[in-house]
Amino acid sequence: MTTEILGVIATYGITLLLAWPLSRYIVKVFRGERTWSDFMSPLERLFFKISGINPKEEMDWKQHMKALLTINLVWFVYAFFALFFQDKLPLNPDGNPGQSADLAFNTAISFVVNCNLQHYSGETGVTYFTQLFVLAFLQFVSAATGIAALIVVFKAMKEKTTTKLGNFWDIFLKTITRILLPISIVIALIFVFNGMPASYAGKEAIVSMQGDTVNVSHGPVAGFVAIKHLGTNGGGFFGANSAHPLENPNYVTWMTEMVAQVIIPIAMVFALGMFIQRRKFAMVIFGIMTIGMICLLIPSMQQEMAGNPAIAHMGIQQATGAMEGKEVRFGAAATGYWSTVTTIISTGSVCGWHDSTMPMTGLMQLLGMMLNCLYGGCGVGILNYYIYIIIAVFISGLMVGRTPEFMGHKLEAREVKIAAIITLLSPFLILAGTALSAWVLSHHPDADWAVKPSAWLNNPGYHGFSEMLYEYTSANANNGSGFEGLGDGNIFWNVSTGFVLILGRFLPIIGPVAIAGLMASKKYVPESAGTLRTDSITFGAMTFAVIVILTALSYFPALALGPIAEYFSL
Amino acid sequence: MKHDNKLFPKELVMESLKQSFVKLNPKLMIKNPVMFTVEIGTAVMLIVALYALFTGNKEQGSAAYNVSIFLVLFLTVIFANFAEAIAEARGKAQAESLRKTREETPAKKVELVGEIFTNEIKIVSSSSLRKGDIFVCEPGDIIPADGEIVQGLASIDESAITGESAPVIREAGGDKSSVVGGTKVLSDHIKVRVSTEPGESFLDKMIALVEGASRQKTPNEIALTILLASFTLVFIIVCVTLKPFADYAQTPITIAAFISLFVCLIPTTIGGLLSAIGIAGMDRALRANVITKSGKAVETAGDIDVLLLDKTGTITIGNRKATNFYATNGVATADFIRLCALSSLSDETPEGKSIVELAGKEVVSKLSVSGASLVKFTAETRSSGIDLPDGSRIRKGAYDAIRRLAEREGFTFPAETLAKVESISNDGGTPLVVALNSKVQGVIELQDIIKPGISERFDRLRRMGVKTVMVTGDNPLTAKYIATKAGVDDFIAEAKPEDKMSYIRKEQNEGRLVAMMGDGTNDAPALAQADVGVAMNSGTQAAKEAGNMVDLDNDPTKLIEIVEIGKQLLMTRGTLTTFSIANDVAKYFAIVPALFVTSIPALQGINIMKLHSPETAILSAVIFNAIIIPMLIPLALRGVAYKPIGASALLRRNLLIYGVGGIIAPFIGIKLIDMLIALFM
Repeated sequence: MTTEILGVIATYGITLLLAWPLSRYIVKVFRGERTWSDFMSPLERLFFKISGINPKEEMDWKQHMKALLTINLVWFVYAFFALFFQDKLPLNPDGNPGQSADLAFNTAISFVVNCNLQHYSGETGVTYFTQLFVLAFLQFVSAATGIAALIVVFKAMKEKTTTKLGNFWDIFLKTITRILLPISIVIALIFVFNGMPASYAGKEAIVSMQGDTVNVSHGPVAGFVAIKHLGTNGGGFFGANSAHPLENPNYVTWMTEMVAQVIIPIAMVFALGMFIQRRKFAMVIFGIMTIGMICLLIPSMQQEMAGNPAIAHMGIQQATGAMEGKEVRFGAAATGYWSTVTTIISTGSVCGWHDSTMPMTGLMQLLGMMLNCLYGGCGVGILNYYIYIIIAVFISGLMVGRTPEFMGHKLEAREVKIAAIITLLSPFLILAGTALSAWVLSHHPDADWAVKPSAWLNNPGYHGFSEMLYEYTSANANNGSGFEGLGDGNIFWNVSTGFVLILGRFLPIIGPVAIAGLMASKKYVPESAGTLRTDSITFGAMTFAVIVILTALSYFPALALGPIAEYFSL
Repeated sequence: MKHDNKLFPKELVMESLKQSFVKLNPKLMIKNPVMFTVEIGTAVMLIVALYALFTGNKEQGSAAYNVSIFLVLFLTVIFANFAEAIAEARGKAQAESLRKTREETPAKKVELVGEIFTNEIKIVSSSSLRKGDIFVCEPGDIIPADGEIVQGLASIDESAITGESAPVIREAGGDKSSVVGGTKVLSDHIKVRVSTEPGESFLDKMIALVEGASRQKTPNEIALTILLASFTLVFIIVCVTLKPFADYAQTPITIAAFISLFVCLIPTTIGGLLSAIGIAGMDRALRANVITKSGKAVETAGDIDVLLLDKTGTITIGNRKATNFYATNGVATADFIRLCALSSLSDETPEGKSIVELAGKEVVSKLSVSGASLVKFTAETRSSGIDLPDGSRIRKGAYDAIRRLAEREGFTFPAETLAKVESISNDGGTPLVVALNSKVQGVIELQDIIKPGISERFDRLRRMGVKTVMVTGDNPLTAKYIATKAGVDDFIAEAKPEDKMSYIRKEQNEGRLVAMMGDGTNDAPALAQADVGVAMNSGTQAAKEAGNMVDLDNDPTKLIEIVEIGKQLLMTRGTLTTFSIANDVAKYFAIVPALFVTSIPALQGINIMKLHSPETAILSAVIFNAIIIPMLIPLALRGVAYKPIGASALLRRNLLIYGVGGIIAPFIGIKLIDMLIALFM
């Protein structure tokens, strides 16, 4: 038990140790200073020359968003058709079929928005071509999209008064060539040396110890899994995700995957402080995010390690904790840690089945995704946190008797309006989606669809409700993990979550960028003794309270009917 | 002016109660989105209650239960309306009591004959006076309307407006030419031109603002309304989606429970008190004898970064006084004193008078200035004096002015005098150099007397984050000395009217908000440029038009109070929003278990308050939600106390009181109400 906990602490410690130098490097890259990776610049220049883009052309926030949305639309169209026609494309040794229109829609959207919901199984639902040139490609560019949007906000926060916020293409390309690509290569090498496959061969027949012949899928796994975690994507190469022995062979790969998925989100928080030269501000944010994580982590690990009371009632010893749905090579504590981390940042990969975790752990996973700002996904985590800061600045600004100001700019009706809409969006998407599915299920259980609504849920009652709630929460948070046990591979879920994915991705990116852009264009107000300091612990506590209360108020009734009811009935 | 400090005078309460019902009109309610949704909920509950009452159908709960919920919701709306009505009534009453002073008084109007004003005087009613009319006032007359003196000088008792019993002097020309309707002429005879149309005075405008006819939401109020509306929308989503959730869980939820949950969750506390807080802000300004031209001005006052204050009258008492005569260059002291006294005999400025005073009666009684001609002070010469019949010219003035004068006539400025000038300046005094026929004779030392307690006030402002700037015509040395002694942060020395303007512009370009007070016509552009411009009521019409507030007391330190009123206004909104939202936590713990506990007994686990039954739980939550509004009306009207302890400390304090308090208070309140209701059920 102690060893398991120490393993978790060591993993987190290594993450912090590596995140610090990484953040310094990220800041250098985006300040345009000299770095060791300058050998990439001829490649970047070549790219700009071919595409006719002038990387020195400064853009305002609207131009940034136009570029971001346009290129995302292009990727979506490309991904949709590639997945739809994948059976006619090369690199398909197992002869997997093309995806149906609704599945291709859902898969394409899901990977474009950095969610990776995966209503298919990697072994049968995609080909090596689509795994590499569609899904892995999107895992790079979607992570870079989030980071680029955040860098725009950094630039806006840094300047006193400006509308020039850098060039989107330049920031975006550098995110890939200077950050994601080099680190992914290192991670992939670690994976390969620990036994993760990297081949183009099709299924391999092996004879198991019982003497059965099993066809084992493999493929170019190592590189895929590297960016899957580094870019907080989380879409597994195989259906079983990182619980699959070929996608996560041992504790070393477990630690590597764990470090890889949190390192950029944490480094971006440190980078924020260095980039805008307000280190204390960033440290307070980091502190609040960490406290939030610990609040979710401790109950999860405690619940998983304590074992299931229902089994305990039967008089069965559970020395290793609640092991249903867990891999013995990782254990309860490690799986508890993974489940928290993968939900607070928007990775959504799993090393054990969330459906089988204890109700309290399920509650923590849901909360992690509802908050979606404790470190959070690549770039977007801080963007989500930014909205809470704006709300906190507004209310606490009034509380100290001054028109609210943030980073030397007045916060007025227009910015509050945008922040209010974004705050409103998540409860709307999650609750409306879950309400729709609950309504269909209770009023039209036998609708004549490909999969009858009554057949959606593997578990009735509270747990079934949690499964639906989890699916929409995961889609809105662009997380991508599933509670599973939900028949989600059909048109209802593909389409409804597809729309939740789009709205839950782009509006929360546009909102903060718009607010930051609008604020940066305003007159700079110097600080005085009456100005509320946003780098104080008091303000951090205020932000934390805003986050907790807004989340609790939005989701308490829904959570009460799902995991909370289940917890109290256990 | 005597102020009635009772929060709820009886006659106002009755009128406000009536208004609370008038305000139920949906057309008026829609301006407040939060309370409008409560009104809709109440209407729905009325239908449900009537249905339960007349059909006896128990599907939606008992008739008594539904009727009680309806009544509580109705009270919630009435309470919110009452908060707004009482705030309006108080503001109006305050303004009315000021206006009463100028009701129907006879006016001695100068009749217009042809194109010119003749001296024919006709007694008319004050209400028939129009802008541009001219009237005369004699001792004992009540001034019938606001206006500007066009001829004459009078001492006036303004106690009806300001509460200050000492009479003030008002005279034609210059910056003290304004008279206010309702005040009394004590001596002399003046001719006054009416400056406003009846019903358009600042006071009338203020009453219209308070009454709501022309009240516009301030920028912060708009932003807050947007935020509150979005919270309301979140709770609409929460409540609407609860229906299919409950269907899935096979739990029937009554309409009463839905509406109760919704009303409890939306920020009704702040929503109900929001406009009352705004009106109370203007009302508090009025109680400080400041007429504001818009609610926005009060709000902006809270944001002020820089305060421009005139030295004279604000930082120092009245004017400088002569404290010493220094004869230099072998001039006999007695001769020098005589010269000084001569030059000041017909000088009506306070400095002049103090010189005569210092010279002493013995010296002065022997002097005569008959046949002499007075040379008035002008901004160009920066000196004044007298030309005697014997041809001698006595001049006194600033060091550089006299030096120029002396050097122009070929005299050098003596080193001894220069040393004296410097030593006086270094001590914060003002040297006044005296010359006879352009030859320097000596120096008079004038000293400023700093108002007691003023440096504490500046210290308070500094802790509020407001920078104080002293504006003075003194030379930089003197200005610096007084600035340090009084504790202001910066000063503008040798200030000309346009210096004020350029200083304001400079600060504004750097993003700061500037407030200033002024009275003269040449202050008008700066008053208009400043973010908060407070004109003194005694000032010229131009100044009053240019500023966005008028101070009836003519008290230059009033700015400090205005800044605090502005801060209080914002703080009251912020803290009550926090309180309102924090309240929801406890309400959830009361209502959510009540909704589901019959079909999901396990959820008894979150009934941490151990409320009696689902019905009592819901009722206590809505009752708490309703009565918290009237309980907070006094706070909304008085405002949250401002303490200049720094922004972070202030936030910590308010978070503890209104945030943590807001979470705890309803747990206790709801439990108590539940225990009470349980006795009857």
